[in-house]
Amino acid sequence: MPQPLEYLAEPAGVPRARQMLQQAQWAARAFAGYDRASVLRIAEAVADAAAAKARHYAEWAVRETGFGVVEHKVVKNEACSRGIFQTYRDTDLVTPRVDASRKLVSVPRPAGVVLALTPSTNPVATVYFKTMLALLTRNAVVISPHPMAKECCADAARMMAAAAVAAGAPEGVIQVVDEPSVPLINALMTDERTSVIVATGGTPVVRSAYSSGNPAIGVGPGNVPVLVDASADLAAAAKRIVASKAFDNSVLCTNESVLIVEESVADRLLAAMKREGALLLDSDGARRLREYMFGNGHLNTEVVGKPAAWIADRAGVRAGAKTTVLLAPFDLVVPEEPLAHEKLSPVLGVVRVPSAARGIDAARAVVRIAGAGHSAAIHSSDPATIMAYAASVPVLRVSVNVGNSTGSSGLETNLAPTMTVGTGFVGRSSLGANLEPKNLVNWTQIAYNADPREVMPSFTGIVPWAAPRGPVPPYPVASNAAGVLKAPPATLQPAASDLAGTATADELREHVRRLIVEELSHFVKN
Amino acid sequence: MHDYGAFSYASKDEMIGKSKEFWNPDKTQFWQDSGVDLVIDRREGYYLWDMHGRRLIDVHLNGGTYNLGHRNPEVVAAVTAAMGHFDIGNHHFPSLARTALAEALIKSAPAGLTKVAYGSGGGEAIDIALKTARHTTQKRKIVSIVKAYHGHTGLAVGAGDQRFSELFLSDRPEEFPQVPFNDLDAMEQALRGRDVAAVIMETIPATYGFPLPEPGYLEAVKALCERYDALYIADEVQTGLMRTGEMWGITKHGISPDILVTGKGISGGIYPISAVLMSERAAGWLREDGFGHMSTFGGAELGCIAALKTLEICGRPEVRTMVHYISDLMQSGLADIQRDYPDWFTGVRANGVVMGLEFNHPQGAKYVMKHLYETGVWAIFSTLDPTVLQFKPGILLTPALAEEILDRTEVAIGKACAEVRGRGRRVR
Repeated sequence: MPQPLEYLAEPAGVPRARQMLQQAQWAARAFAGYDRASVLRIAEAVADAAAAKARHYAEWAVRETGFGVVEHKVVKNEACSRGIFQTYRDTDLVTPRVDASRKLVSVPRPAGVVLALTPSTNPVATVYFKTMLALLTRNAVVISPHPMAKECCADAARMMAAAAVAAGAPEGVIQVVDEPSVPLINALMTDERTSVIVATGGTPVVRSAYSSGNPAIGVGPGNVPVLVDASADLAAAAKRIVASKAFDNSVLCTNESVLIVEESVADRLLAAMKREGALLLDSDGARRLREYMFGNGHLNTEVVGKPAAWIADRAGVRAGAKTTVLLAPFDLVVPEEPLAHEKLSPVLGVVRVPSAARGIDAARAVVRIAGAGHSAAIHSSDPATIMAYAASVPVLRVSVNVGNSTGSSGLETNLAPTMTVGTGFVGRSSLGANLEPKNLVNWTQIAYNADPREVMPSFTGIVPWAAPRGPVPPYPVASNAAGVLKAPPATLQPAASDLAGTATADELREHVRRLIVEELSHFVKN
Repeated sequence: MHDYGAFSYASKDEMIGKSKEFWNPDKTQFWQDSGVDLVIDRREGYYLWDMHGRRLIDVHLNGGTYNLGHRNPEVVAAVTAAMGHFDIGNHHFPSLARTALAEALIKSAPAGLTKVAYGSGGGEAIDIALKTARHTTQKRKIVSIVKAYHGHTGLAVGAGDQRFSELFLSDRPEEFPQVPFNDLDAMEQALRGRDVAAVIMETIPATYGFPLPEPGYLEAVKALCERYDALYIADEVQTGLMRTGEMWGITKHGISPDILVTGKGISGGIYPISAVLMSERAAGWLREDGFGHMSTFGGAELGCIAALKTLEICGRPEVRTMVHYISDLMQSGLADIQRDYPDWFTGVRANGVVMGLEFNHPQGAKYVMKHLYETGVWAIFSTLDPTVLQFKPGILLTPALAEEILDRTEVAIGKACAEVRGRGRRVR
């Protein structure tokens, strides 16, 4: 507990936020004893409630932040609510696991209080995502949204909290900070009541998460190279790259940043991309764009998540209203080339290389600037090139023949669907894979003497968890009135799960893909 | 050497000796005889440290004064900051902080309470309440319950147990009739003459060991007050400030009292203050002669700052929920302990974190208190019913500390049981 004088320096709201952590401790303590059926019921109820509001919050997020595309945020919100639930409904992170042959029994132990920092670019989807992960693993979560997106995030979190409690979750299992600020976030991150920080956001916030003294899962930034070699299906590659680059106006860390194309197929690829809605700038256009976007020596944040046509207009470049991606050619991937950096907007740098091998070098150079450990994409039919690319470029996921935005985030590949892409040791992160529920659980291992004479009895069916018997916590009725006034545990009736109309994970992926295609063909047709 | 800056003692023994010499010989000796040689030194959160450095977890809280813990950092910060601008203030004039606190209190209070008067301690606030009732009804009698405790000032002591009123020849039984708790017939008998100004009740009588009002009792008393034109004064000194899981315990009974009294905890444990909340009808004297009750320190502005912060903390939704969690854990933990000592630890009276532990021996709580003290927990027996231990966990407890309290309590109750039985006392 900090001493009084420290509190004097704490801005309003910090003590209250600390109290949220303490309430979360109580909630986590209760939730950690829930059985699997109760957990699934709660997670499903919250996922359904969140999915039903996917559009509402997509619109709100775009309105509040000015970033991204409503339709695409709808997709992400659905993927991060019902999609996450469906992906993990059969992954049991609650029931103890028995390994009779090795005489080990593993008992899941939730982290406790998860402090979730969510970004402005991907606001509600990340709130949905981290909340679902917490619920599936019986953790309490306190969400600190990015200040630019605080209203939509706080409202979404409260909606999920209400749905969770109505389905029988402990009170306080989902909480949100209304007025996030740097001192407040630092206070929460360093508070000993925080069990683990899950940080998505800019590098400073991720670094301070790691230096907080508390366990942290933070991921580094992306700066995604995409290599198209001579063996690629150019038409398909063009279509996928443009769609992916345009997705949510490229605010995702998985959106492609620099296109590296083998000289021999470059003209054909770029022509195909133009047909998909991209505008190839000439050197003057690229100069104007560079001037506008990086005139101050760093990215002009005004462009983040804005439509391509809007950016072109601001940069003084002629572009049709239907343009979804700006292709900005440059010569050399070096740190002083602004277009080689992350742009968080539908502007794709383009570099021509004489060979796939030189392309791999260029991709390494892109990642050297930023994005280590994150992701890269390749469009190729040559497994040797793909292997060389993956072995050489220091990233932890290489999406093949798919748009990277939905590929590396697992929406259109079989990677774990995620809003938090682990960048591993090379990317200064404790997490190397896509964040998924299992990252928020430890396991207590019961380990028997390996001597064959020591026999491990059967643990089958021994489950230390139970369904809550009523509201958690129960309302404190006077002990002599307990029989008279106690409300019946009405809130814990098994929810009638109505699966009709909901999609499977594969259907969801297809739905995502179709929406993107529709969105893009709409632009192209007009 | 125990050096505290402004003063120092060579030893604890020296301090105890001087306490008897200059302060209160009987009270000082009482604790030595009770096996509780506590001289509170350092204090922080729900911890106290004896002069010898031994740590105790405080579940006495001095009647809820330390509801938010000792030296709650938020309250300390608020008062420290306020000292850059405020002092006690001047009670003659409209006051910035008194007015702000009055507004906050009224917003927090049951419907119908509209005005606030201040005292510097609970007894003074009770006196204000009783004077207010007498003024409003133009009647003198105040009905309280047998074994009631409302403080030690002039009128308050008269409304309480004879032990304290007779000591100072302040008993006035004709003005302060008492009726047994939970006895509606006796209450009606006392009110029937329509000559009673007010009934004053602690929502759960603390010093009497927190006997719980039977379901419907307080509601019926309020109805009787209305029928016989007496005011209902809710003494919420120990049941207010979220200790029952609501800001004011009386609201759990659906009662809008005519007068509500708060003290102890409202100070945040930092700066003394008490308050009387009145209905518009009861507040007549504030319109008629606002100088009717004078109190230089009543509602001291620094106290108002402490109280404002205290109210804010107690009113947070997170805190309300935490009280429900703490109450649930404590009560289920105590029920587990009870199962191990069914003939000794015979009952738990509880409403939220207001708890009384019943023991099967006339002085049972004193034994448990002593063993709790030796085990590192400070809880006090009920002065007016020593079979019952007052057990008052704070409302900001962490799960870890709540569990630790239960662990220690289990051990102490077991040791007290062994001691009582070992001496061959009748336990049952």
